[in-house]
Amino acid sequence: MSAVENHSSVPERIFSAKLLPPAYASLMLGVFFLIPLGIMLAVSFFHRVEGAFYEPAFEFANYARFLDAFFIKILAFSIGLSISAAVIAVMIAFPFTYSLTRASRSTQVFALVFLLAVLSLSEVIIGFSWSTLLSRTAGISNLFAALGLLERSAAYYPSLPALLLGLVYLSFPYTVLVLYPALSRLDPELSEAAQMMGASPVRTFFTVVVPVMKRTIISTIILAFVFTLGAYILPQTLGKPPHWTLSVHITDQAIFEANLPFAAAMAILLLLVSLLMVAITLLMGKDDAAGGKA
Amino acid sequence: MFKKVTRRQFLKTTTAAGLGVLAAPAILRAAGEPLKVGTYGGYFQESFDKHIYPAFTEATGIEVESISEPTGSAWLVQLQAAARAGQAPADVSMMTQTAASKGAKDKLWMPLDSSKLENTSKLPEHFVRKYDDGSVYAIGALSWYITLVTNTETYPDAPTSWKDMWDPKYKDTLGLLAKVDNSFLLEVTATTWFGGTDIMDTDEGILKVMAKLAELKDNVRLWYRDEGQFQQALETGEIPMGQYYHDVTGLAAADGQPVRSTFPKEGGILDSGSWCLIKTSKRQEEAQTFINYMSQTDIQAKLARKVGTAPTVPRELTDLTDEEFAAVSSDIKPIIPRYDLYNSKGDWLNQKWAELIAS
Repeated sequence: MSAVENHSSVPERIFSAKLLPPAYASLMLGVFFLIPLGIMLAVSFFHRVEGAFYEPAFEFANYARFLDAFFIKILAFSIGLSISAAVIAVMIAFPFTYSLTRASRSTQVFALVFLLAVLSLSEVIIGFSWSTLLSRTAGISNLFAALGLLERSAAYYPSLPALLLGLVYLSFPYTVLVLYPALSRLDPELSEAAQMMGASPVRTFFTVVVPVMKRTIISTIILAFVFTLGAYILPQTLGKPPHWTLSVHITDQAIFEANLPFAAAMAILLLLVSLLMVAITLLMGKDDAAGGKA
Repeated sequence: MFKKVTRRQFLKTTTAAGLGVLAAPAILRAAGEPLKVGTYGGYFQESFDKHIYPAFTEATGIEVESISEPTGSAWLVQLQAAARAGQAPADVSMMTQTAASKGAKDKLWMPLDSSKLENTSKLPEHFVRKYDDGSVYAIGALSWYITLVTNTETYPDAPTSWKDMWDPKYKDTLGLLAKVDNSFLLEVTATTWFGGTDIMDTDEGILKVMAKLAELKDNVRLWYRDEGQFQQALETGEIPMGQYYHDVTGLAAADGQPVRSTFPKEGGILDSGSWCLIKTSKRQEEAQTFINYMSQTDIQAKLARKVGTAPTVPRELTDLTDEEFAAVSSDIKPIIPRYDLYNSKGDWLNQKWAELIAS
């Protein structure tokens, strides 16, 4: 870069060199994000031909169909479920990552590699593994029964707790990997000072570390929220039909009913609502973010 | 079988179709490439690969490329999207009756030349589907039954009636298909409790049937889209009862799995697949040869023996023994799905169905 700056006598070159990165970014954003989103937006206004496919049109019928108690309830449930999963995941991941950053180098490397390995598992594998672990015939309840804790083995899925467990498991590695850089940069002197003044490690954690990391925590929750909102296999494998999220219903419309306009309209609405949630969260965090970044 | 499309296979197929769309120029096929035939992935496709395609190639000299399809309606959506892009992920596909009619509404299927399909003259009329102008677009490929299945270790005595599914003693034990147009549970409920599917002629009647069906929800442990998921749970006894495919259950039992398929006294659900040729195909001649070949009575008998499906031609035209026929069918009058409704009011039925099971 300094070479370019020194040769300011060649303005064209600076011009192109400086513009190249943003141009590349815009191109990628356009090709992989804006154009597909635009197509989806267009399709969401198309006319569904029942029993066949769709034809180009401009109508609000697909959005109108969504404004029905049934789908609004599903939307509310999906958002509530994803928020719960995100908050639980971060509640577990934050202390875990904090202790990890204070562990030895080799432990850190091992844990991070392990988490990356977990990340490589697909939703399908996670869903099937948990359904086996929570099953009556082969699951952990057999262990409880053998230990005499239960009279006989029981099935723990499909159920809401099973689904939450699966979603937390799915988002946990992401939350740790997002929290890790921020927490490892956290100045150790902060907690040392607190402890010198007599605070216990636990108290230090809650009164010093957590407040300082507030923004990181909020952004990690948002990330996990958006991530779990897209899960559509876990609700089917670990949840009962009332727990099927909007993503499941979108998949149903798109893949099984051939109703792409309605699926697109639902996806656009889900996108808008989650953007709104993110905006509200960010606005709420703005006022008292003075403690700020790590 | 055909229904035994695991999620992985499904994703594989979806991805393949997606890549196919991207690889548009590659689709300009040279002549002499194999005829692409789609059947449901898993066991079903394996049986075709092993017993049917090699013999067909030997008899006609036409090579076949076997394509794995996901469950009926999902494959239909992919074919519709591909046809719009001028492509043909498979030339001939086996489609469920509902999917075949939906595709016909969209004029997705290429009209077939009846003069090249002389073997289809032995098929019952409903297996030769025609457009309004009289041209043929779908030929019955094979039939299958959906029956009441149980784990023999959990239930030493087989249930005898669909009514058992409503019995409170089976709480949390059933695995049922999750979609209105592949479970045909409305037809089952109507036949079992309302003396037949005529009650479904009116919307009020359908809602009455749905209300009756809602009464068994407490007994349902799993509403499955993925058949592999249920089959495994049935074999282990995790979900010891439910509705499933007669042929696959028979094969699993023959493999030593503790499962059985029972034709309830109200009848099994008789569904069938038809061969359809996508309009963007460039292999019409070969496709017609294939469909004609598959419609022969001895090939229908071979399907019954090797794949476990019921023949589309009348039984007396085949050389199946009583025992062989009983293995793939039943003398009890079958429950015939109301395909007409899935075409005329599919969206309404789907919506009501979603509300029924999700609430």
